[in-house]
Amino acid sequence: MVQITFIENNGTVHVVEATNGGTVMEAATKHNVPGIDADCGGACACATCHVFVDDDWMGKINPMGTMEESMLDFAEGVKPNSRLSCQITVNEDLDGLVVTIPASQF
Amino acid sequence: MAKSIVIIGAGQAATQAANSLRQYGFNGKITMLGDEGIAPYQRPPLSKAYLMGEIEIARLKFRDDDQWERDGIDMRPNAGVANIDRAAKMVVTKSGEKIAYDNLIIATGSRVRKISCENSELKGIHYLRTLAQSDALKADLDKAKSIAIIGAGYIGLEVAAIARKKGLSVTVIELAPRVLARVATPIISQYFENLHASHGVNIMTNCALKAFGGKDKVQRVLLEDGREIAADMVLVGIGIIPNSEIAIDAGIICTNGIDVDEYARTNDANIYACGDCTNRELDLYGIRMRLESVHNALEQAKLAAAHIMGAQPPKLDTPWFWSDQYDVKMQIAGLSNGATQHIVRGNIADNKFAVFHLNDENRVLAVDAINSPGEFLIGKKLVLASAKITPQIISNLDIPIKELAAHAVE
Ligand SMILES: Cc1cc2nc3c(=O)[nH]c(=O)nc-3n(C[C@H](O)[C@H](O)[C@H](O)COP(=O)(O)OP(=O)(O)OC[C@H]3O[C@@H](n4cnc5c(N)ncnc54)[C@H](O)[C@@H]3O)c2cc1C
Ligand code: FES
Repeated sequence: MVQITFIENNGTVHVVEATNGGTVMEAATKHNVPGIDADCGGACACATCHVFVDDDWMGKINPMGTMEESMLDFAEGVKPNSRLSCQITVNEDLDGLVVTIPASQF
Repeated sequence: MAKSIVIIGAGQAATQAANSLRQYGFNGKITMLGDEGIAPYQRPPLSKAYLMGEIEIARLKFRDDDQWERDGIDMRPNAGVANIDRAAKMVVTKSGEKIAYDNLIIATGSRVRKISCENSELKGIHYLRTLAQSDALKADLDKAKSIAIIGAGYIGLEVAAIARKKGLSVTVIELAPRVLARVATPIISQYFENLHASHGVNIMTNCALKAFGGKDKVQRVLLEDGREIAADMVLVGIGIIPNSEIAIDAGIICTNGIDVDEYARTNDANIYACGDCTNRELDLYGIRMRLESVHNALEQAKLAAAHIMGAQPPKLDTPWFWSDQYDVKMQIAGLSNGATQHIVRGNIADNKFAVFHLNDENRVLAVDAINSPGEFLIGKKLVLASAKITPQIISNLDIPIKELAAHAVE
């Protein structure tokens, strides 16, 4: 099991268990973490699963696909460490990953 | 304040309603009564990645099985509801159990419309709504060499794409003169007809089904005009019917689905309804209609939960939908019914374009985006704002999509 920490924009912290091979978005929705609506269920079609990845982890997560890149180009409050959490695949190396949820998703 | 909330149905809307109730701070009892014998899961992949074998069941499920209990939700997948006793404020399950509620949320979804014709009960004739049906379809797709698909709606076309990827020969039979006739404008229909033809699908429009043929299992499809199409299997995708009977029986007002107001309330102040089973108001268009989409299920579930909790209702978004076929992602914002102008932005031949649907006043009513997420996300906002933009501006690619809103006129 891999542990992932989600931080709401008001500072509330949620530490949840994620499954290898699943996505960071799934770890959030399966534990009802607020602010990750994931309307499209991971189809990279809605951009409601946007997170900011803690800088220490940017090098460890899988790179962005073109669809994710263009969705993010139009999402709100995008920063260099923005990702769509449904496009980040969970593996052992991500144990301890920390992501923050943007204010626009509350 | 409600102490016990019962949700009928255990699908997309039911799960969101339970989640939102907890997020709004409800700490009473939530009982979710389903009838599929399996914990809630998402349906869209059933005709896409899951059917292709790219993702597993565990990833379809909204929660891991043991997580429901940990979140204090009494999720019961084998407790189909037979009727609602509004006077006593309780529901009665098919096995006769009575469960009292303070508030009731009906989230019973919809079921497939079935065909009835000669031999329509033959083996090998599939429908697609549930996980079990997707599994059965997948098992046959992995054996068959040919499939006939009756109905060229989204589900039919998505399955056509998967069947081609699996190497089957595919024939799509549609009664209307074009594919997606009920949900899309002719430009989009034409685009998808060409897309499927280029992948080797045989699309037959203006074709009426007469009967099926075969001995133990289906072997051919017979058309009204006398033609016969050989097929090892069949998928029928000709629309859905809202599951509103238990509401009708309980005297709740239903006109083609359960009538709900802008808070997802029925005419009984203690009873809400959300998702495919409802007929809702759409202020944006000044109409009342049934929507069949994930976004609608989620939005109404949140509205119901907010109203029960006396919380600020969530802001309504433009209705939207998506579909994946081959390497094409289509995202649709809004409803194009009532549009009189259909303006293409981009080049259709590049498989990357969007169609903006405007009314006579140049207000953007809907946007169909093909491999164009920017057009979709910006389009969604323009639709919500009823923005007024001229066709010349929309089709002008020298104006970046991000700047379109700045060109809106009042
Ligand atoms: C193959 C497929 C692909 C789709 N693709 C997309 C897509 O790409 N994008 C999109 O936006 N939408 C898509 N949809 C539509 C979307 O899945 C539905 O709009 C959504 O699931 C509706 O949610 P719901 O909760 O209203 O209904 P459901 O998710 O169907 O849940 C209703 C549940 O209630 C149960 N139930 C019914 N009656 C009773 C009773 N009396 N007692 C107890 N339980 C009962 C049903 O068995 C069902 O489990 C797709 C649907 C299908 C089938
Ligand atoms: S869940 Fe929709 S884009 Fe990630």
